Amino acid sequence: MKNTESYKEVLEIISPYLPEDIDPKSVTLNSHLIDELNINSAHLVDIVLDLEDRYDIQLEDDDMQQMQTVGDALSIIAAKKEK
Amino acid sequence: MKRRVVITGMGICAPNGIGLSAFRRAMFQGVSGLRHLPELEALGFRCQVGGLPQVSEEHLNKYFTKIDLRGLLSTGLIYGTLAGMEAWADAELPLADPENPDWDSGIIFGTSILGVDKFRESMLKIDAGNVRRLGSTAVPQTMSSGISAFLGGKIGCGNQVSSNSSACSTGTEAILMGMDRIQSGKAERMLAGSCGDSGPYVWGGFDAMRVVPSTFNQTPERASRPLSATASGFVPSSGAGALVLESLDSALKRNAPIYAEVLGGATNCGGQRSGGSMTASNGKAVQRCISDALKIAGVASGEVDVINGHLTATSRDSEEVLNWTEALGLKGAEFPYLNSFKDVLGHGLSASGSMECVAAVLQFAENKIIGNRNAKDLHREISRLIDPEKVPTENVQVAPNVIAKASLGFGDVNACVIFKRFDRDSHEKH
Repeated sequence: MKNTESYKEVLEIISPYLPEDIDPKSVTLNSHLIDELNINSAHLVDIVLDLEDRYDIQLEDDDMQQMQTVGDALSIIAAKKEK
Repeated sequence: MKRRVVITGMGICAPNGIGLSAFRRAMFQGVSGLRHLPELEALGFRCQVGGLPQVSEEHLNKYFTKIDLRGLLSTGLIYGTLAGMEAWADAELPLADPENPDWDSGIIFGTSILGVDKFRESMLKIDAGNVRRLGSTAVPQTMSSGISAFLGGKIGCGNQVSSNSSACSTGTEAILMGMDRIQSGKAERMLAGSCGDSGPYVWGGFDAMRVVPSTFNQTPERASRPLSATASGFVPSSGAGALVLESLDSALKRNAPIYAEVLGGATNCGGQRSGGSMTASNGKAVQRCISDALKIAGVASGEVDVINGHLTATSRDSEEVLNWTEALGLKGAEFPYLNSFKDVLGHGLSASGSMECVAAVLQFAENKIIGNRNAKDLHREISRLIDPEKVPTENVQVAPNVIAKASLGFGDVNACVIFKRFDRDSHEKH
């Protein structure tokens, strides 16, 4: 999954929100967005909007709550795209 | 005895210069920051002249991260950050480490209104039924404490971090509030300043009140004419100024650069009585504010070398001069030198007090008094009150020791601060 196009795209969207001391190369599918990558929780809202724009989907509150890791984001996007 | 407070750093984001060195050059060479703004012309503004700092990508990238810059529409926040961060660095102070705030440092950084363009963006989205698309930046860019909050995070301040608001006296008031906090022993350092948004949504209300000039749209550098017989209103402007205030003990201990001492000052309100109103000053209150400031500073009126007035270039300039003569008990040739920086800065509204205080204090190091660029035709009522030579139209080669600065604002509010040259050598001898 880590080599898929979607993974690269999601990483591209998340990278600008990473604090300076987090190397985007260190991100894995299991990286927790807030606890491990130290992304400001307020910025999760912006990441959600960026994902919506990229995939032409709408993410609800539940989706956002389930989006704990990078992998979660990928699964949620995949599920939404199928619909 | 009250603790002494000095200025150990300054920063500026002004229409005629961003950064101290560019601003110093512009102020002492009389370079105007006022421009004809096609946007205002297209919108049918009476006054199509305005002042806004010429912020470049380079300026933005210096203090804002890529994420900060996304959707950043709050001009006041941009100006305030450039000025505040410059002042902190100029004072040779570090940013707090990631784990420990600096408990002894705080911020009072005021504004009248913040992030108007950001608010507009939000309103348009909301009206289109798209509230969910506002993102996380709508609140921090539009709350009035947005500027103190942003600076507080960048610097890591652990003391009081707040934002004051008192219209056009905001910047000068911020300095006095910061000073109080240090004098009372509650902080060692306070970053004090103010900022103001730019653009038609901020300036439109003043245009509608017809307190702005309409006949200088093609000659912007002549449009703002404080003290002049042909003054016809103030030119709306914007920007930010910042001063690091510090206890003298702390400044000496770390061998910090010292621009000047803040001797003291006063704020008051005319209560919108006795000729005062929402928009006009109660003269008695202005006089009282000035005399209180001198008394608190322990300065006799004859010791004031130069006054930097509020002097916005409306018909009220002569009333203000009258108030100064009454408060000081000095007129004619005894009156101190008088200048207004609004000739080149325009009226920066909530940013005016701090931008003008930075310029006023620079006069100590330059050993010069800045001349009035558009006052060759001095208003007749003013020349009756004070010797026209005291309103110099060119820089004067006089090294001031004491400077009085006043800012007056809507709501009939006043602030006056007294700065004194700081002589490190004589201080050390004592």
